[in-house]
Amino acid sequence: MQRFNQHLATLDADLGYNFGYLDEQTKRMIRRAILKGIAIPGYQVPFGGREMPMPYGWGTGGVMLSAAVLGRDDVFKVIDQGADDTTNAVSIRQFFAKVCQIDTTTSTDAASVIQTRHRIPEQALKHGQILIYQVPIPEPLRFIEPRETETQKMHALAEYGPMQVKLYEDIVKYGYIATSYAYPVMVNQRYLMDPSPIPKFDNPKLNQSPALMLFGAGREKRIYCIPPYTEVASLDFADHPFAVQQWSEPCSLCHSTTSFLDEVLIDDQGQRMFVCSDTDYCQQQQASKQEPCHG
Amino acid sequence: MDNLAYVLPQTNPLASELPLLQAEQLSQWFAPGKGFAPLDLSLYRGEVLAIVGESGSGKTTLLKALSGRLTPQQGQVLYRHGEQAANLYQISEAQRRNIMRQDFGIVHQHPMDGLRPRISAGGNIGERLMEVGWRHYGDIRAQAKSWLSAVEIDIDRIDDLPITFSGGMAQRLQIARNLVTHPKVVFMDEPTGGLDVSVQARLLDLIRKLVSELQLAVVIVTHDLAVARLLAHRIMVMKQGEVVEAGLTDRVLDDPQHPYTQLLVSSVLQQ
Ligand SMILES: Nc1ncnc2c1ncn2[C@@H]1O[C@H](COP(=O)(O)OP(=O)(O)OP(=O)(O)O)[C@@H](O)[C@H]1O
Ligand SMILES: [Mg+2]
Repeated sequence: MQRFNQHLATLDADLGYNFGYLDEQTKRMIRRAILKGIAIPGYQVPFGGREMPMPYGWGTGGVMLSAAVLGRDDVFKVIDQGADDTTNAVSIRQFFAKVCQIDTTTSTDAASVIQTRHRIPEQALKHGQILIYQVPIPEPLRFIEPRETETQKMHALAEYGPMQVKLYEDIVKYGYIATSYAYPVMVNQRYLMDPSPIPKFDNPKLNQSPALMLFGAGREKRIYCIPPYTEVASLDFADHPFAVQQWSEPCSLCHSTTSFLDEVLIDDQGQRMFVCSDTDYCQQQQASKQEPCHG
Repeated sequence: MDNLAYVLPQTNPLASELPLLQAEQLSQWFAPGKGFAPLDLSLYRGEVLAIVGESGSGKTTLLKALSGRLTPQQGQVLYRHGEQAANLYQISEAQRRNIMRQDFGIVHQHPMDGLRPRISAGGNIGERLMEVGWRHYGDIRAQAKSWLSAVEIDIDRIDDLPITFSGGMAQRLQIARNLVTHPKVVFMDEPTGGLDVSVQARLLDLIRKLVSELQLAVVIVTHDLAVARLLAHRIMVMKQGEVVEAGLTDRVLDDPQHPYTQLLVSSVLQQ
C-alpha cells in the first residue's frame, strides 16, 4: 500500500485528473456493462478493465465501479470487513475524496454509495443506495470446472448440479453445510452467483434488498448486479435448510445480539471477546444506549 | 455360453414399434482411414448392440456421434422419446444436453473419466439426481445406497472417494452413477477393458443383470467377442471405419460371412 499512498500524495485533482480518475469513455463503457448486468440479474458481464493505481486484490474491481457511478452529489463510504478504518478502506475513501472532491462518511445511513469488501452493513439499506462489492473470484463454478468456456455453458443451460454436490459433500464431511463465506446463491431463479466472500450471515440481506448491488472483479474483468427487490436464494437441501452463523454471546461493546461478530484476542493468555464487525453499527448501538443516561 | 441366449430377453420389437435410436447415413472422417463411413443403424427398446472391431476402426468415434457428444460431418441421429423424435444435431445444445442428462448414460473405459475423483461415492451417484432437481439430502443418500448395493458395493463405502476404490469397484460405481436417473439408452465404451479377467467376468454378469432388469437399450463398444456374445442381441463388425458385417449375435459369431469376421472368430477360437 506504500506505493499507493505515495501516489495519492502526489495526486492533485486540479492537475488534470478527470472526475472519478477514469476518463469519461471508460466510465461509459463500465456503465454499459452495469446496465447489462442489471438487465440480467446475476449474469457475469465481461468488461474492459483498466489499470488502477493499486494492485489487483486490493479492490480494483470495486474501485472501477465506484469511479463509474459516483456523481458530484454522492456521499461515499468504504468498508473493509465491516470496518471504515482499515488501511484499505481509508485509502480508497481518500482516493475518491481527492479525485472526486465529494463528501465521504462512515455512516451507513448517510452514504449514497458504499464500497465494501466482505460485508453487508448491519443497518438495513434503503432504496436509492448503491452497494459496490469487491470480488476476488466471480465464478462460483470455478472450483469444479476450470475451463471458462465450460462454465459459461453451464450458466447458459443452468446446469448447476455440481454446486449442489459441493453442499452435499459438506454435509457428508461435517454433518452440516459448512460453507460459511461466499455461500452460493440463485439470483432471480436463474443465475447461480458468488456473492463475494461475505459471510453467509449476510446472504439474507441480498434477498429483496431495496438497494442496488454491483459486484466488480478487477482481475477477471467481470461485473454482475442485483437490481433492487430481486429474489436471491441461498442454495440448500430441504432437510438441511440454509442457516446463518450464530453466537452464544452478545457484542462486548454494544451488546447487540443480532449483528455479525468478530472474535478478538485481547491478551497473551488467549482471552477473547466478541465484537461487531460493522464498526459504524456498533458505534450507533453504543450511542443509542447511552442517550437515556445523558437525557 | 450358448444357453445364455435363452436367459437374455430376446429382441422382439413389435412390428409397430419404432427404434429408440436411429442413425441415418451417419459419418465422420478426421482423416482418410480415421473415422467411420456412412452407416445406418437402429436400436430398439431393451436391445443391446455391440460394436466390435480392431483398434482404430472408429468404434469410439461412432459411439460419440451416437450419444450426442460429437457433431458428425454427415447424416443424422434420431432419438425417440414419448411421441417425439429429436434430431440430436439439429435441436439446440440446451435440448441436446437435456436429453443426454435425462435419457442417456455414458460409461467410459477408464472409470475416472466418468467419475469425480474428489467427490464421495454417494456424491458421484447423487450428482445426476441433483442435476434433475433433487433437493432432499436424505432421499439422495437413500438412492445412492440402494444403487451401491445394486452394483454390489458395500454401502459403508458411500462416503469414500472413488480414488480409494479398486478398478472393478470404480467401474461399478460409474455404472451406478449413470443408472440412477433411469436412462433409456446407455453407451458403454469398453467398460471391462482395463480390468483383470476375473473382475471382468463379475462386471459382465452385473451388466447383464441390470440390462435385463431395467430393460435398458445399450450400445457397447468392445473388441472382445466374448463380451459381445454374453451381452449383445446384435453385433456390428467394423474394420477401418467400414461396417463389414452386422446381424444377430449368434448368427454373426456362429456363421460369420465376411472374411474379416471369420478371422476374428477363428482367432478367438484358437486361444
Ligand atoms: N478428435 C480426433 N481428431 C483426429 N483424429 C481422431 C480423433 N479421434 C479419433 N481419431 C482417429 O480416428 C481413428 C478412429 O479412432 P477411434 O477412437 O474411433 O477408434 P477405436 O475403434 O475406438 O479404437 P480403440 O479400440 O483403440 O479404442 C483413429 O485413428 C484415431 O486416431
Ligand atoms: Mg476406442
